[in-house]
Amino acid sequence: MAPKLPIYMDNAATGRCDPRVVEAMLPYFTEKYGNSSSRNHKFGWEGEEGVETAREQAAALIGANAKEIIWTSGATEGNNLAIKGAAHMYAKAPEGQPNRGHIITAVHEHKAVLDPCKRLQREGFEVTFLEPKADGIITAAMVKAAMRPDTILVSIMWANNEIGTINEVPEIGKLCHEREVIFHTDATQWVGKMPTDVERDNIDLLSWSGHKIYGPKGVGALYVRRRKPRVRLEAIFDGGGHERGMRSGTLNVTGIVGFGKACELCKAEMDRDGERLLKLRRKLETELAKRIEVTQVNGHADKRLPNIANISFGFVEGESLLMGIKDIACSSGSACTSASLEPSYVLKSLGVGDELAHSSLRLSLGRWTTEEEVDYAIEKITKAVHHLRQMSPLFDLYKEGVDISKIEWQTH
Amino acid sequence: MAYSDKVIEHYQNPRNVGSFGSSKEVQTRTDVGVGIVGAPECGDVMQLHIKVSPQGIIEDAKFKCFGCGSAIASSSLATEWIKGKSVDEALSIKNTQIVEELSLPPVKIHCSVLAEDSIRTAIEDWKKKNGIASTTQATAAAH
Repeated sequence: MAPKLPIYMDNAATGRCDPRVVEAMLPYFTEKYGNSSSRNHKFGWEGEEGVETAREQAAALIGANAKEIIWTSGATEGNNLAIKGAAHMYAKAPEGQPNRGHIITAVHEHKAVLDPCKRLQREGFEVTFLEPKADGIITAAMVKAAMRPDTILVSIMWANNEIGTINEVPEIGKLCHEREVIFHTDATQWVGKMPTDVERDNIDLLSWSGHKIYGPKGVGALYVRRRKPRVRLEAIFDGGGHERGMRSGTLNVTGIVGFGKACELCKAEMDRDGERLLKLRRKLETELAKRIEVTQVNGHADKRLPNIANISFGFVEGESLLMGIKDIACSSGSACTSASLEPSYVLKSLGVGDELAHSSLRLSLGRWTTEEEVDYAIEKITKAVHHLRQMSPLFDLYKEGVDISKIEWQTH
Repeated sequence: MAYSDKVIEHYQNPRNVGSFGSSKEVQTRTDVGVGIVGAPECGDVMQLHIKVSPQGIIEDAKFKCFGCGSAIASSSLATEWIKGKSVDEALSIKNTQIVEELSLPPVKIHCSVLAEDSIRTAIEDWKKKNGIASTTQATAAAH
């Protein structure tokens, strides 16, 4: 059966809001519209009740206590608050002085982690950017080797947003706890898809966002550990002292209610969703590799999320490939569209060659992806790659047995 | 990014795709000029083969392209434009004409520059093979 076009395979970017989430949110637009901080009337109490129910739902998804959930506008804010907030709180020297403390992160983190770390570097903190091996994974051993007596914070994402690889987060957390170092993880791609328990997994700070878990955009949560150790953060927003003083500002009640509902649904359905998506992702990867020569699935073979496939097709350029499959919404590893002409820094960090990094697609599946859609994608991508290879001078050279990396190109 | 209808049309039905032989074979053919410009790490490689008569008329042209849709369209269009022209006429084609014809946005102007460069490089190659002095200056290096 032909699927309805276009097909959405960009769930790692964002996803459809679950209709059950929308339904839960609706009363909060027009009926229960009170400010959750208003303590002296029914409207305020209703808003507060919605927010606190959501806090319970969010906490339950990650094995936390509701008091440990801080509402944010999304994972970018959560990452900023966690990283800058912890660095400023635990700094070894005051502002304006050098040697304020050491931070460990990795080169293929999301920009929402890298850029706050770079800002802290300019403010007198030292940052180590760990480099993964070809499998893309950051191990506890890598973090251990980078630890110093003045290390104050480690920030390692749970699963990578471009390649879906899973870092050794529980082990890194354990190491951090042994050394009394604060551990933050950007769990945007992980939470809601995979079982999470901040106690078992030794997490101090964890950020995630609503729209990656079939909830609304513009809302997220930051888990901040309250005991063993009690983690403190310096706020970024000053104001009314909401959220235990860590995040002032009137709460996005509607969004928070949707976020909570999305967490509840993920908790109930993640096992079933995960199993189904893993099967579909494997089919996508193996069928494409079978039909198209010189195809490479990027990242570790098994330690990957069930829903993200990142595949390089040698000798074809990513943007033109996207053009050939325009009824499949997905991402390309080539950043040509952003005018930088730079292939993905994540793929480059894995040692994927430039020409393969330019030739990659990220296909990310979601709750509503069907097998028919996967079959359609396999056919369509195969056709597009063959169309482009028949035009590709690099494919000719490969067929002639010429090593492309040995050619002296006239770079621009 | 939204592509113009002309870019999409060239992408779907590229004109004159092909070559006049393997990279080795065309090296020794004096009737063929070869232009390869760009680099895989930049995400664009254009290859232009031109078959030129002893009188200096481009009788046939074939291209291959690794690059975005605009790069493919630019090289496809270039082959259409140079076929039947003398080498001097072909050298007068400017990248701005390609930009205009394909309605390329500013971020894709480099694709048209590459197409112009590939024409120039292929003609230079043909001239060199036939002992004809070069009449053009080296192209601008920065894109």
